[in-house]
Amino acid sequence: MDCLIRFSQSHETFRLPEIQALAVIEGINMKVISYSLESPFCVVNVPSEDAAKRLIRRSILVQSIHSLWGLGETLDAVHAAVHERTPHLWVKYLTCSFKFTVDSYQGTRASDAKVRIINSFAYLGFAGPIKMRNPDEEFTLFEDWPWNSTPDGIPNPKFYYFGRYLATGARDLPQKLDLKKRRYISTTSMDAELALITANISLAAPGKLMYDPFVGTGSFPIACAQFGAMTFGSDIDGRSIRGDGAKKTLRGNFEQYGLLSGMGGVFSADLTNSPIRRLPLGVDSDGVKGRIFDGIVCDPPYGVREGLLVLGVRDPEKTPWIIPKGIEMYKQPDFIPPRKPYSFLAMLDDILQFSAQTIVDNGRLSFWMPTANDEEQEIPVPTHPYLEVAAVCTQVFTKWSRRLITYRRIPDAEVDQKAMQAREADTTLVGKTADELNPFRRAYFNKFETATTTTTTTTPSP
Amino acid sequence: MKVLTLNFLTCAVKACKSSNDSFPLHPKDAELAHDDIEINSQLLVNVLPRIDWTALRTTSTELGFPELPEQPPTAETLEADEAMLKELHTLLLETQMMEGKLVCGHCGHEYAVREGIANFLLPSHLV
Repeated sequence: MDCLIRFSQSHETFRLPEIQALAVIEGINMKVISYSLESPFCVVNVPSEDAAKRLIRRSILVQSIHSLWGLGETLDAVHAAVHERTPHLWVKYLTCSFKFTVDSYQGTRASDAKVRIINSFAYLGFAGPIKMRNPDEEFTLFEDWPWNSTPDGIPNPKFYYFGRYLATGARDLPQKLDLKKRRYISTTSMDAELALITANISLAAPGKLMYDPFVGTGSFPIACAQFGAMTFGSDIDGRSIRGDGAKKTLRGNFEQYGLLSGMGGVFSADLTNSPIRRLPLGVDSDGVKGRIFDGIVCDPPYGVREGLLVLGVRDPEKTPWIIPKGIEMYKQPDFIPPRKPYSFLAMLDDILQFSAQTIVDNGRLSFWMPTANDEEQEIPVPTHPYLEVAAVCTQVFTKWSRRLITYRRIPDAEVDQKAMQAREADTTLVGKTADELNPFRRAYFNKFETATTTTTTTTPSP
Repeated sequence: MKVLTLNFLTCAVKACKSSNDSFPLHPKDAELAHDDIEINSQLLVNVLPRIDWTALRTTSTELGFPELPEQPPTAETLEADEAMLKELHTLLLETQMMEGKLVCGHCGHEYAVREGIANFLLPSHLV
């Protein structure tokens, strides 16, 4: 059956990947019939009414889903479509209580105009009581108006949809996990809405094991646990996990939302020296054995608000005493191991490699990555032969954007082994300071000015 | 940190990765805690193929739990065997290691566990 999805008109590039991921989670064969980034209306085909309701029940970006009775460029076209496709349905709703509404996107209708429109559907013959509160059935005429239609005096919408209400999405969930009311957050905690969308796109679900290697205060594991997953997390900074050791801790956040049963384990660790057991790529066969996670979600440090560090000594020649001192002291409980700046691109590459080794077949990796909006400074989407890009969603700021990039772990048999050999041969990354190692950080602190504008400030030679 | 997590963790030292003795890590002076959690058979069936059974048997014995059978159950037998589901649920998901150390059987490195959080950060000479 054809259904109309009424999206929220926000985070537009995340909407289709979210709903497609939910179709995978629910095992629903969904076809997208029409969709546009500029419109909140999307027509999909699903096998049944039950499937339509399940499809959107945990969607953050869907407001509601409706059984589509008619659509068209004019109201007459809608009536013609309703006459053509739905007369067999009308009899079902002859006696139940009902309500009719007009939902105008980017436009307004005076109430007498609304009544005229609603009355034009009188031929449906519904004789039950009209109830504005909690009716048995709700019918809605959606109008898609051109942008700025009221000031421009545009008389009519560009498109109409008419449908019977089926179900509402989960747009109240972000309020439940709202950062403003969360006990313990830090400067880089992911906002609840985007964390929940990330959890949806990465296929977090009951019984699934999800891992965040940059867990911080736990935004992603909490969002995944909210959808029933068992979650794991680690961070190079153990202080972010422990918080103040009393109420403001990562564990306290799980507790606040009643999600403690979904907290599998958190520990301090560095992704480049991870304690997670894993096999070299290409040795296992059944797609599960030797791999642990159904999904990995993270927002790696960019090196702007938080340092991008791994274990090690920055310059062993300059500070030769650090290693002997470490050998002497490392067994003391308050020992903090030295850390050094690390390349942002190498970090992304390590995440891909780690994910290829630890995610089961068809499981997903979703991570956030910043990039400059300027095309010349744009950082390309990282690739890995074992991972296929499933979706790229973008949140745009003034001079830079951040993208949520999602990959599917493909089965070993589908991997291009030549690409894998080429990847292993290529290891060229040099530099010691944060700026040398991190093109995004460098561009950020240069205010995203291109090379030609910045070179003019160099002193001319005499 | 749930006992399930222990089954996923090995020694972080790169030189130990190739040794069979580095997994599982051995709990030392372990203080355990117990949470009452509703049993979730879907989770246990999904977790089963990810578990290294030999390592789990070792951990279970070292933590003072009854000995597990030599062979892991199949997904079908596990779903039908309520006693086994309960036993695995208690061990893997309800039991938490709160304090103590995790010791590598190969290099002897001890990873401290405090307030249920293990610390796998290595000093520079081991990185």
